[in-house]
Amino acid sequence: MKVLTLNFLTCAVRACKSSSDSFPLHPKDAELASDDVEVNPQLLVNLLPRLDWKALRTTSAELGFPQLPEQPPTIEELQADEKTLKDLHSLLMETNLMEGKLVCGHCGHEYAVREGIPNFLLPSHLV
Amino acid sequence: MSRPEDTLLADVHYDDVEARKYTTSSRIQNIQASMTRRALELLDLKSPSLILDIGCGSGLSGEILSDVPEDEGGPHVWIGMDISPSMLDVALQRDVEGDLFLADMGQGVPFRAGTFDAAISISAIQWLCNAENSETSPAGRLSRFFNGLYASLKRGGRAVCQFYPKNDTQKQMITSAAVKAGFGAGLLEDDPETKNVKVYLVLTAGSAGEGGKSSDITGIVEGMEDVDVLDNRRKGKTGKGEIKKGSKAWIIKKKEQMERKGKVVKSTSKYTGRKRRIQF
Repeated sequence: MKVLTLNFLTCAVRACKSSSDSFPLHPKDAELASDDVEVNPQLLVNLLPRLDWKALRTTSAELGFPQLPEQPPTIEELQADEKTLKDLHSLLMETNLMEGKLVCGHCGHEYAVREGIPNFLLPSHLV
Repeated sequence: MSRPEDTLLADVHYDDVEARKYTTSSRIQNIQASMTRRALELLDLKSPSLILDIGCGSGLSGEILSDVPEDEGGPHVWIGMDISPSMLDVALQRDVEGDLFLADMGQGVPFRAGTFDAAISISAIQWLCNAENSETSPAGRLSRFFNGLYASLKRGGRAVCQFYPKNDTQKQMITSAAVKAGFGAGLLEDDPETKNVKVYLVLTAGSAGEGGKSSDITGIVEGMEDVDVLDNRRKGKTGKGEIKKGSKAWIIKKKEQMERKGKVVKSTSKYTGRKRRIQF
């Protein structure tokens, strides 16, 4: 599962829908893998306004990556600076979470991740 | 034609054997590919987008999303969810590019608001019409799914869901659930009234279309060839109030109503509703 996806995932439990703690999910015992993906600048430009930068900073810190800058780069900066684009691309698109758990900060529910596939099936009393 | 959703649950039906059969059958592959291309045409994406694939299975449709050439607005990044572990296992072995999720669409869509540019679903949402136990109902599953989908799409985003309705009731049930969730919904039927009929539910989330085009399905199919628009809404609006009370049409309508109730009604003739001649 890409770090990009992690930036959009929330807890699926119904009681967590209204809580702000249910996003982002916190990775635990994470095993990472790196994949080669072709750089697609237009896609990143399209996605940039939709990224939750604060959540991305939290996630990247929890996964043990160097601290991201306080503010997200603007679209112009992203287009002009090759390095920023590369860095963002390798974090969002190339870093994959293969094994581990995703923990909700509100209800504490743990979603197991196996072979890069998180299990979001819930028992019916939580739906 | 047998309908697998009548007999088993999706995750039970698509076991290892069934998942492999589904993915290696060249007939199914061809049908899936053509339906995905049709759905992409309806989505009309202009630049690389983030797409949700509901019921992605072994990633047959996802592959096509990843392979859209640059001049046609691709390649897109997709996230697929499916309830069958065997199907996802096949997808893993095929090494698809998108992210995969083991999740039940009837439990909602676990993404934050405004995540996706578009959503696509090929031959999946008819499974929502079946409830597996007494704790869930088809209506509940449908509404959770469409509410979740509506929230996770960005405003102005579109979703195209191809599905196999069992009958008109099911078609109606799915469409009205989508409308209730806030979508602008419409059905597109390819090859209607044949055995190969393909039903596409085209959903639009919020915001008006550009350039005066309406944002719902009628705006989307505008300019497409061989599409007849049947707009039931307009008919519904003008249907009432048009007939003047006392007119011939009104009398015939009333007679039909009475006939349906089982009353004895005089047959309609050319004299029906005419004024009587003046008697001295």
